[in-house]
Amino acid sequence: MKSKLSWFAAPYVVWMALMVVIPILIMVVYAFTAADAADFEGTLENFSEMGSYASVFLRSFRLALVATLVCLLIGYPVSYWMAHEGPGFQRVAMALIMLPMWMNFLLRTYSWMSILENNGLLNQLFRAIGLTWLLGVDYIPMIGTSGAVVLGMVYNYLPFMVLPIYSVIIKLDHSLLEAARDLGADDQRVFRKVILPLSLPGVLSGVTMVFVPSVSTFAISRLLGGGTQIMLGDLIEQQFLGGAYNPHLGAAISMVMMVIVVVCMAVMNHFGEGEEQAVML
Amino acid sequence: MSKELIRLADCTMAFDEDIVLDKINLRIQDKEFLTLLGPSGCGKTTTLRIIGGFQTPTSGDVLFDGVRINAVPPHKRTINTVFQKYALFPHLNVYENIAFGLRIPKADAKGGKVKLPEEEIDRRVTEMLEVVNLKGFEKRRITQLSGGQQQRVAIARALVNQPKVLLLDEPLGALDLKLRKDMQNELKRIQKAMEITFVYVTHDQEEALAMSDTVVVMDAGRIQQIGSPEDIYNEPQNAFVADFIGESNIIDGIMRADGVVEIFNRRFQCLDGGFEKDEAVDVVIRPEDVDIVPEDQGQLKGTVTSVTFKGMQYDIIVDFYGFKWLIQTTDLSPVGSRIGIKIDPDGIHVMKKSEYSGMFGDYSSYSEEYEEISSADPDGEGSGDEE
Ligand SMILES: Nc1ncnc2c1ncn2[C@@H]1O[C@H](COP(=O)(O)OP(=O)(O)OP(=O)(O)O)[C@@H](O)[C@H]1O
Ligand SMILES: [Mg+2]
Repeated sequence: MKSKLSWFAAPYVVWMALMVVIPILIMVVYAFTAADAADFEGTLENFSEMGSYASVFLRSFRLALVATLVCLLIGYPVSYWMAHEGPGFQRVAMALIMLPMWMNFLLRTYSWMSILENNGLLNQLFRAIGLTWLLGVDYIPMIGTSGAVVLGMVYNYLPFMVLPIYSVIIKLDHSLLEAARDLGADDQRVFRKVILPLSLPGVLSGVTMVFVPSVSTFAISRLLGGGTQIMLGDLIEQQFLGGAYNPHLGAAISMVMMVIVVVCMAVMNHFGEGEEQAVML
Repeated sequence: MSKELIRLADCTMAFDEDIVLDKINLRIQDKEFLTLLGPSGCGKTTTLRIIGGFQTPTSGDVLFDGVRINAVPPHKRTINTVFQKYALFPHLNVYENIAFGLRIPKADAKGGKVKLPEEEIDRRVTEMLEVVNLKGFEKRRITQLSGGQQQRVAIARALVNQPKVLLLDEPLGALDLKLRKDMQNELKRIQKAMEITFVYVTHDQEEALAMSDTVVVMDAGRIQQIGSPEDIYNEPQNAFVADFIGESNIIDGIMRADGVVEIFNRRFQCLDGGFEKDEAVDVVIRPEDVDIVPEDQGQLKGTVTSVTFKGMQYDIIVDFYGFKWLIQTTDLSPVGSRIGIKIDPDGIHVMKKSEYSGMFGDYSSYSEEYEEISSADPDGEGSGDEE
């Protein structure tokens, strides 16, 4: 029985080794070696060099955090409300949420560019209704701000927040809510003491699924941040493909980012562990 | 003896066009153990949910202590529920599940909200854990409890709030027979000790008879009979009740006079009266009320067609003039033997004809089933063809 199982697991193991373990190992080797070192001599140079990019680290995590929070603040109520409507409504709402995801990611982000530009759709609208005149400016700067980057992240990653939360709430055992009411809890308390804690696993996976791509994005920050909002993703890209070519530094940055993300997720999952177990039942 | 606490007056419940409860009238006395008994889908849970406030009747009134409470939401009723599937909070441990209701601030006399002090909560939870025999389980997760333990947590969680009324929806349904019996005693003890009105739902007639002060027999959204367990068993109102509560032979009869009923053209003494002369009636004869006598001394004579050993007694099926009766006896009468029977006047119960007449109380199919089983048995006598 056991040998049979491992037989079936073989393709998976090979795949994991080729596509996950070996690349990570290569990355680690790169991170701990210098470009000019002839014989792969270990060095921490790449990591000490990273200090000058602290502001990029900070910005990346800050913007990703803000985007995640905004997604949560929008996503939770939306999921909650969707779960309480009829099945017909749920299908339509779900299709509408998924629809933008079936369009190309870059296309979506380019569209936002043309909306937010100084001469973009929004500013034209502001001009038409006299808002710019009122404020005494030619245009309201939107593109190239951190706000635009967050907007791009929220727009692109919101479905990843809504879906897991929705699927947890829709599966909540209705009798638990009745039990809470029976014991004297009003609607607000039922929400705080039962619905919210029981939907925490959905929140956790939503947060993970929004935060991780947000913190490592480069297209959004470059297109909507206009070069002023450079993030870790951009930095890494520059080390591999851009002018600042230095794959060793790029690998080191990637590694540090990965470690920080993994630690964040581990801490969060630790807090949510109890609830997660409970919902599995 | 005691006062009326809850009253359902002409309560009708309809889901869309589907009438699930049809003009239910029910009075529940303070501190009594009342059981709603009936087959699956008869409306027991719905009745309970109306009392608990989870459903508002389509028409009719719900009164609590004389006050109409149709529109009072569940969290404002001094009623707690043990749900059919327990509905324990999986994210809380045993202690916190039980403390859930106590932690909710209650309105005080001045309209403000007061919280119970933590020591008081702790004292009451601990006390309740003792009542349900779960000391030492405080920190356990709900998922780490057996069915019986979960069920006791559900009871504790409801009782700790000291409700006036506890609603229990088939709380023992998931337990094995032994545990069921233990918990029946336990529940009865708790109800007596805490002096709380219990409204208990079950479809197990034995459980209903053993535990209740009052039994309410329901079928198809209507109350068929309300009475003490003895009344329900001894004086069933119609063929449905007679059949649902225990085993009964239900035979067509004619009331010739008060105290005289005719079955199979023979007159029997009985204790019932108040019928029209020559009124067609249903006659109930419980299997244990029949005495077996030698054929020549019997009021009725028949042939034994099957015998089943039941431990305490034999269940025998006897054919009287083509109609099959179930009789319980401690003496074995072999299959094929001719016997006579005698029935004492108090063993005969006469009922008015109802919509249920002719539907129950005939054991013809029972004996056929039995014969099928015995002929399928390779050691049986009927299997000669195959050899
Ligand atoms: N929310 C609802 N919508 C439509 N029909 C319902 C609803 N709730 C109950 N019913 C119907 O009402 C009838 C009575 O249901 P109820 O749950 O009261 O039965 P019950 O006596 O508790 O049965 P059981 O012993 O199986 O629990 C059933 O036919 C059921 O299908
Ligand atoms: Mg039910």
